Amino acid sequence: MDPREAGGEPVNSTLTWLFDPDHWSGPTGIPARILEHLGYTALTVLVAAAIAIPLGAVIGHTGRGTFLIAGLSNGLRALPELGLLTLLVLLTYVGLLPVVISLVVLALPPILAGTYAGIRNVDRAVVDAARGMGMRGGAVLWRVELPNALPLILGGLRSATLQVIATATIAAYVALGGLGRFVIDGNNAGAGSPDGYPQMAAGAIVIAVLALVVEGVLELVQRLVVSPGLRDTATRRRVARIWRRPTPDLVSKST
Amino acid sequence: MNVDWPWPWLPRNVDKIAAALGEHLYLALLPVLVGLIVSIPLGWAARRWPGVRLVLVPLAGVLYTIPSLALITLVPLLIGTKIIDPLNVQVPLAIYTIALLVRSVTDALLAVPGDVTAAATAVGFRESRLFLTVELPLAIPVIVAGLRVATVSAMSLTSVGALIGIGGLGELITEGFKRNNAVEMVVAIALIVVLALVIDALLLLVGRLITPWTRVRQGASR
Repeated sequence: MDPREAGGEPVNSTLTWLFDPDHWSGPTGIPARILEHLGYTALTVLVAAAIAIPLGAVIGHTGRGTFLIAGLSNGLRALPELGLLTLLVLLTYVGLLPVVISLVVLALPPILAGTYAGIRNVDRAVVDAARGMGMRGGAVLWRVELPNALPLILGGLRSATLQVIATATIAAYVALGGLGRFVIDGNNAGAGSPDGYPQMAAGAIVIAVLALVVEGVLELVQRLVVSPGLRDTATRRRVARIWRRPTPDLVSKST
Repeated sequence: MNVDWPWPWLPRNVDKIAAALGEHLYLALLPVLVGLIVSIPLGWAARRWPGVRLVLVPLAGVLYTIPSLALITLVPLLIGTKIIDPLNVQVPLAIYTIALLVRSVTDALLAVPGDVTAAATAVGFRESRLFLTVELPLAIPVIVAGLRVATVSAMSLTSVGALIGIGGLGELITEGFKRNNAVEMVVAIALIVVLALVIDALLLLVGRLITPWTRVRQGASR
């Protein structure tokens, strides 16, 4: 399957495929696939956040169940998502539910770790001050710890979202939609077909651009919603990070 | 779906599993090794020239953000390989390793205490010897931490290549899925996880063995 057999220069044929108006309309067009892809991603991240943020907040607040955080992120890091997703579909049925469940499994650890670390990293003096003012445990968590933890929680959500965007491409392999469709269909079409490699490469370009755009948008959101009181230290840290990024935030990549 | 659990498949296909295992290791570990070798001089340059750092660190972030299936698919377009060339998986894995390790190496080198380098310079170490015998060894713990994440990721990422026909154990996953053979899939997934954990443990062990001073310091009161 030599891309050069596909007729003409692969770069040209890819760009031709990518900018063909026929591929930009209808239920199998690029915009529709982007929406599907973002739909899977949003659903997954919402479900994962609904589970992981409360859990991480409680673990961080009480300090109980810390082993769960380390255990989950270490144990799941080595699990190949392609295997998990396809096996789950094989064991249940072809549909959205098994795909979303396997994507949620992937999205949980970063959100959980971000929330836990965010709550734990809140300055103890601030928490003591809140208690001194008469706040009870719940109020401390809601009004002091969670707002202060927001930068790290959003960081966790961001890496979860990007992981899910990358992995949702596999959904196409188990006969769902999303941007993976173009790569899988192109691969099935075979060499020589105008819908072969050019379609795969065009789909790959859209996937890459989507991931980078979402990363940029989330970074912007993160800047906008974080409290101004935290923003100063956050930007100062960001400037420092350009020079000397802290290594502990090593993010593993499974897809 | 009706799932088949053909357990007799397993003993009949030991050779096939072993071959896939070998291919998986070759696909995953060679790029990590190349990435490690490349990222050390890059980290050195990034430490030395702030301009290089300003370009390399954000570029590494951008490259690391690109989903693996996209990068694997685009390699033939970028370097003209065939679609089923192992390089299509190996080049992206090397890129991800470099993107991860350049930051680790740079951070680790920047964290070397100034008085250590000053002392080494004072006793007559030239720049190259200072780097190879003082700064790089002190950076090993941080580099090993990055290398462990890169290796475990690579073991899992390699299987994605199976979607376009290159993938070691990943091909057992896709083949098992197509043939409704849950045993084949479970075996492949389990092997990938076990391999990743074993290699992770080995790296941790080797990292400790080659940096004996990190253990000595814990006992001594400073």
